[in-house]
Amino acid sequence: MSSKDVILGRVRAALRDAPAPGEAPREYRRVFPAADLDVLVDRLVDYKATVRRIAEDAVAATVAEIAGGVVVVPEGLPLNWRPEGALPDDDLSPDRIAGADAVLTAAAVAVAETGTIVLDASPDQGRRIITLLPDVHIVVLRPEQVVASVPEAVARLDPRRPLTWISGPSATSDIELNRVEGVHGPRHLHVLILEPV
Amino acid sequence: MTTFLGMPATAPRGVGHLRGDESFPAAAHKALADDQLRRNLRHATTTIRGKSGRVIAELPDWQELRSAGSAIKADVMSRLPELLEELEARVTERGGVVHWAADANEANAIVVDLVRRTGSERVIKVKSMATQEIALNEALEAAGIQPVETDLAELIVQLGNDKPSHILVPAIHRNRSEIREIFLAAMPGVDPDLTDDPPVLAAAARKYLRETFLSTKVAISGANFGIAETGTLAVVESEGNGRMCLTLPETLITVMGIEKIVPTWQDLEVFLQLLPRASTGERMNPYTTMWTGVTPGDGPQNFHLVLLDNGRSAVLADPAGRSALHCIRCSACLNVCPVYERTGGHAYGSVYPGPIGAILSPQLTGIEDNASLPFASSLCGACFDACPVKIDIPAILVHLRNQAPHPRSERAAMRAAAYTMDRPKLYASAQRAAKLARIAGRRGRGLPLGGWTDARDLPEFPQQTFRDWWASR
Repeated sequence: MSSKDVILGRVRAALRDAPAPGEAPREYRRVFPAADLDVLVDRLVDYKATVRRIAEDAVAATVAEIAGGVVVVPEGLPLNWRPEGALPDDDLSPDRIAGADAVLTAAAVAVAETGTIVLDASPDQGRRIITLLPDVHIVVLRPEQVVASVPEAVARLDPRRPLTWISGPSATSDIELNRVEGVHGPRHLHVLILEPV
Repeated sequence: MTTFLGMPATAPRGVGHLRGDESFPAAAHKALADDQLRRNLRHATTTIRGKSGRVIAELPDWQELRSAGSAIKADVMSRLPELLEELEARVTERGGVVHWAADANEANAIVVDLVRRTGSERVIKVKSMATQEIALNEALEAAGIQPVETDLAELIVQLGNDKPSHILVPAIHRNRSEIREIFLAAMPGVDPDLTDDPPVLAAAARKYLRETFLSTKVAISGANFGIAETGTLAVVESEGNGRMCLTLPETLITVMGIEKIVPTWQDLEVFLQLLPRASTGERMNPYTTMWTGVTPGDGPQNFHLVLLDNGRSAVLADPAGRSALHCIRCSACLNVCPVYERTGGHAYGSVYPGPIGAILSPQLTGIEDNASLPFASSLCGACFDACPVKIDIPAILVHLRNQAPHPRSERAAMRAAAYTMDRPKLYASAQRAAKLARIAGRRGRGLPLGGWTDARDLPEFPQQTFRDWWASR
């Protein structure tokens, strides 16, 4: 008898009182007003992220100014966002990624209510590793990618893609509950929200 | 006697961290005498309570989310076999390999074997209650494999040869100067001029672990959620060590309790609102990683999921106690519990401390192995109010108290009482005799009352029995 059979047999025996499966009540909020960008900015800043609202043609210069050095970019990132000398991720080694000063990506969705940005590894966001090793992560958000709530974000995302939900830079509260930004992930998160066209 | 393998089974003895060396009252006495520990805990629980209350108040539909979370979990338990098979099918379709572990011994053997087959002598670990529960680190070490905890708190616990004391912040019993001492004594290559400033300590851990992250080929994690419909697994964390372990190595092994399932992708909309706010008191935790099987060119190319029973089927078998399996390990109940705040995590003897541990551990091990835990509560009900999935912890505590084996003296007293109460004349004379007990005093001197009067005064006997009063009207 396989362990699978043993476990499923035990679970079936445990359920011999036949508890009824039930449809869960979903009376929580599922309809939301349009996302409020000011709320998103407020939440991001609360998480110690740096936020700027800029025009799309200012992205490359702003990124160069923030990074001040080598910027890794995913291969599918819009060309006009890339600062001069950007290093495209054509299967870079972890050491080269870790040695860069910053990484620049797009995003899939952002959640205003929680200050969360979600990456889904699309071509303009790249492999998960590139946003993990450099100390600075710069994200460009388009206003139409921002939703008000977690349920809206879940509905927009494709679970078959690897997903990374980011709310502020890496943080720990393990030492006497003092929040310390930056243990293992990027220590600095910059969010560039594009002005509506 | 043979055992029918389909019977629900408790977690085996001799392996894992679900049983303490002494009873809760004995361990709690020591904790109560430790002023430093009580100060650390009071600071921690008060701070998290405050933060959590503030962000929960921002959600107008918190109660509706709790109801949904509770109902989804009840539905999961009722359909667990089909959901587990669905999860297995989806993970397998996406290039993952699913293993089933009936208990801690089997889970440890599976993981050790998987690591051996990679040829790696070291693994990096994401903080995981399930692997703590089964003592996976000890099993790996016994097999000559070095497990490196990468969560800062778990690293502090590991380097200090210590045990975690809180589900969320396992090293909360340590203060900064103790952490500095631990790092100086046990962290290879540490700067001897290390101060006890938290950012300096965190930077030391970052430096120490960076090279390990980049050079280790196998990672081991737990899972906060496993989604049956899609085969997606989710790990919720703060530091980025989780992302490191879940992304960098070639092989990822995830150990997940069978109760961690949610049925659909959409259900995450409920739990991702409940968990961070109840747990760390944040609107969202800094990082959540979700993956479905293997993604070519991105992340680990070998993925193994180990589904763990280890007593969960025994918990499920008790209709009055099974909702303990709804727990999403947020630790909100610890932070509101007056007993936990004063006695700390180690007194519970299990990796699951606090109110949830007081109901989960005895059910996982069988009540006789953790008989004192259901009594480690004042039944004040704060844990029920705080629980984001509405587990009625006080009701289960009372239920388990009834299951617990009672001390011989108490059993004898109760038998004598039952005998007497069946016999009216004897009962009347006993009531008169009870007046004499007044001389026993408020501490119950000379009476076989076990530990009862160690912590409480004996109630004063009335001057007149009810029957005397009735007769005299």
